[in-house]
Amino acid sequence: MSTDRSLPKCPTGIKGLDEITGGGLPAGRPTLICGSAGCGKTLLAMEFIVRGATQYGEPGVFMSFEETSEELAQNVRSLGFDLQALVDRKQLALSYVRIERSEIEEAGDYDLDGLFVRLEYAIDTIGAKRVVLDTIESLFAGFSNASILRAELRRLFRWLKDKGVTAVITGERGDATLTRQGLEEYVSDCVIVLDHRAKEQLATRRLRVIKYRGSSHGTNEYPFLIDESGIDVLPVTSVGLNYQASNERISSGIPELDDMLAGGFYRGSSILLSGTAGTGKTTSAATFLAAACARGERSIYFSFEESQSQTARNLRSVGIDLQPILDSKLLLFSATRPTQHGLEMHLATMFKQIRDFKPANVVVDPVTSLLVQGNENEVHSMLMALLDYMKGEGITCFFTALNASTERIEQSDVGISSLIDSWLLVRDIEANGERNRGLFILKSRGMAHSNQIREFLLTADGVRLRPTYLGQHGVLTGSARLVQEAKDAAETLARRQEIERRERELERERMLAEARVAAIRSEYEAKAEEIRRAVLELESADQEIALGQDQMAASRKVGAGHDHEARNGILRGKP
Amino acid sequence: MNSPPATWNLRLYVAGQTPKSLTAFANLKKLCEEHLAGDYHIEVIDLLEQPQLADGDQIVAIPTLVRKLPAPMRKIIGDLSNTERVLVGLDLRPFTGNRA
Repeated sequence: MSTDRSLPKCPTGIKGLDEITGGGLPAGRPTLICGSAGCGKTLLAMEFIVRGATQYGEPGVFMSFEETSEELAQNVRSLGFDLQALVDRKQLALSYVRIERSEIEEAGDYDLDGLFVRLEYAIDTIGAKRVVLDTIESLFAGFSNASILRAELRRLFRWLKDKGVTAVITGERGDATLTRQGLEEYVSDCVIVLDHRAKEQLATRRLRVIKYRGSSHGTNEYPFLIDESGIDVLPVTSVGLNYQASNERISSGIPELDDMLAGGFYRGSSILLSGTAGTGKTTSAATFLAAACARGERSIYFSFEESQSQTARNLRSVGIDLQPILDSKLLLFSATRPTQHGLEMHLATMFKQIRDFKPANVVVDPVTSLLVQGNENEVHSMLMALLDYMKGEGITCFFTALNASTERIEQSDVGISSLIDSWLLVRDIEANGERNRGLFILKSRGMAHSNQIREFLLTADGVRLRPTYLGQHGVLTGSARLVQEAKDAAETLARRQEIERRERELERERMLAEARVAAIRSEYEAKAEEIRRAVLELESADQEIALGQDQMAASRKVGAGHDHEARNGILRGKP
Repeated sequence: MNSPPATWNLRLYVAGQTPKSLTAFANLKKLCEEHLAGDYHIEVIDLLEQPQLADGDQIVAIPTLVRKLPAPMRKIIGDLSNTERVLVGLDLRPFTGNRA
C-alpha cells in the first residue's frame, strides 16, 4: 500500500465512470454512493456487481436492506442483467436483510455480529471480491440505539477493508449532510454523489465524485443516463485543449463559399452560421452534410426544430435529397425538442450518439434552441464541453444560431464566438421594398478568407452565392441588383454593337482599299502586257525587214554595204 | 428435555461464547424458569458454526431471541438484561412503559 504508484483501482465497467475516477473505485476499500431517492444508487451498485462478475471475473455479494432478491432481479432484468444465472454460476450472492422494527424488542446490550456473520458467509461462499450494501441506513430505522449502530458501522467498514473486498455502500441524501445518518464519517476513501434534480420541470441526473482519497479525479458534475444498457456517465468536461489540428480542407457544399474560404473549412474545426429567422441556415447545414455524405463520411444531424420528414421535405424544395443518404446509414438524424430534456441531458445524449455513431461531421441546428434550457453561460459551457470532445475526435461541427433580428448579431452570439473557428453570418438586407440575404465571413481562423458580402440565394439547385453589386449607392441586392445588372448589360451590349459597327466599317475600308489597289495593279498589268506585245511586234517586224533586205541583197548583189549600214544606223538610233 | 412439544419454543442466536451471549443465555434461563414453568424449549444456535441459519430468521443483531412458538414470531435483541422488556417482547406482560 505504501508504494509510489497510485492506488490500486477496481474497474466498475460502468461507461464513463472509470474515466472520471481514473480507473475505477479504490480496490479493497469501501466507497459511498449517496443521493436522494430514485437517483440510481441501487442501479449503479448493481451494475458494479454485475459488471464485476461478468467482465472482470470478480464475484460479488449484493446485500439489500430494502428490496428482496426477487424484486432486485426483476428491476434489472430490463437492463439485460440476469441475476439468477449469475447466482447459479456462483458469481453473485444476493442477500436480503429485513429488519422490522415492530417485530423487535430491544432488551439490553447487543451488537451486529449477525450481519457480519451473514456477510462473511456470503463472501466466503462464492469468494466475492466485491460487496454492495444497499442501503445500510435502513438499519437506523430498525434499531433504536444509534450509538451501538454507529460503533458497529465503524467496525463493519474496518472489517470490510480487512477483508480486502471492494465495497459500495449506498446512502440516502440528508438535509445538511451527504447522507442522512452521516455515513460519510465512516467511509472516507471515495464518495460519489448522485443527483436527480429538476430545473424548470426538466430533470437531469448528475454524478459527482466529491472525494477520492489518494487519487486524482474529475471534480465536476457529470450528467448520466440510465438506458437499456445500464448507467452511462458522460465524462464530457474531462477533455482538455490538447487536440491535433488538421490541415485538411473540406468543402462546405457551396462552391462559392469554398472560394471565399480559399478552399473550404478545416477538418475538425467548428463552424457557426448565424442569422435571423428564414435566412437559410438549415439549408446551408444540410448542404454541408450532403457534401460530407457524398464524400462517404458519417454525419449526425441534431435538429431541435424540425422532424426528420419535415426537414427532408423542405430540403427537397432546394434540390437536396436526404433520403438516399439516410438510407445509406451515413447520416443519423436526431430530432428532439429542446424541452425534452435538461441541458446536460441533451449534452449527454448527443455525446452518447456521437460516441456510438462515430461521425466525421456533426450539425447542431440551431444551437440557440438550447437557450430555452439555460442561460448563456450554461449553454456556453455545454458547447465548450461538446466542442472539446468533438475536436479531440477530429469531428467537424457545424452549428447554426438563430438571432433575433432586432439585435446586432455580432453581439448576441458573443457567448460562443470564442469557441468557433469559422463564423459565417447571413444577414437580411432590406432595401427597395425587398428582403434579401447577404452572407459574409465574420472570422475564419487560420485561413485567408474573403471580406465580401455575397448575396445568398436559395435556388432549386441548392444554395448559391452571388457577388453583390457594388454601385454608387452602395451594395445592391435582389431586384435592385438585377436592374442594375440589366442596365449594365444593356450598356455593355450597346458598346459592343458600336465596336462591331466600327470594326465592320474598318473592314469595308480595308476591302475598298485593297480593291482599288487590285484595280490599279490589273490596269498596270494590262498596260504592261500591251506594251510588251507592241515591243514584240516591233521586233519581229525588224527581223522580217532584215530578212527582206538580206534577200534583196542576195538577189541584187550590189550596193548592199551602203544600204546595210544605213539600216543599222536607223536601228541604233532607237532607244 | 421435555418429551411432549413445549408451548414455548424459543431460539437464541449467538456468535461465539461472548460475554453478551453468556449473559443472554443466563438471563433467558432464569426468566423462563420464573414465568414459563417448564413448558418451554430453548435452542441455542451459534452462527459462527452455522452461519447459513442466519438468513432464515433474518438475524442481524446478536444476541437475538426468537419466539418461534406460540405464533406470531417475535424477536428480542440484546443480552436480555432488561427483564421488563423481555416480558413485553414475549407477550407475557402488556407493554406499559416507553419503548426507548
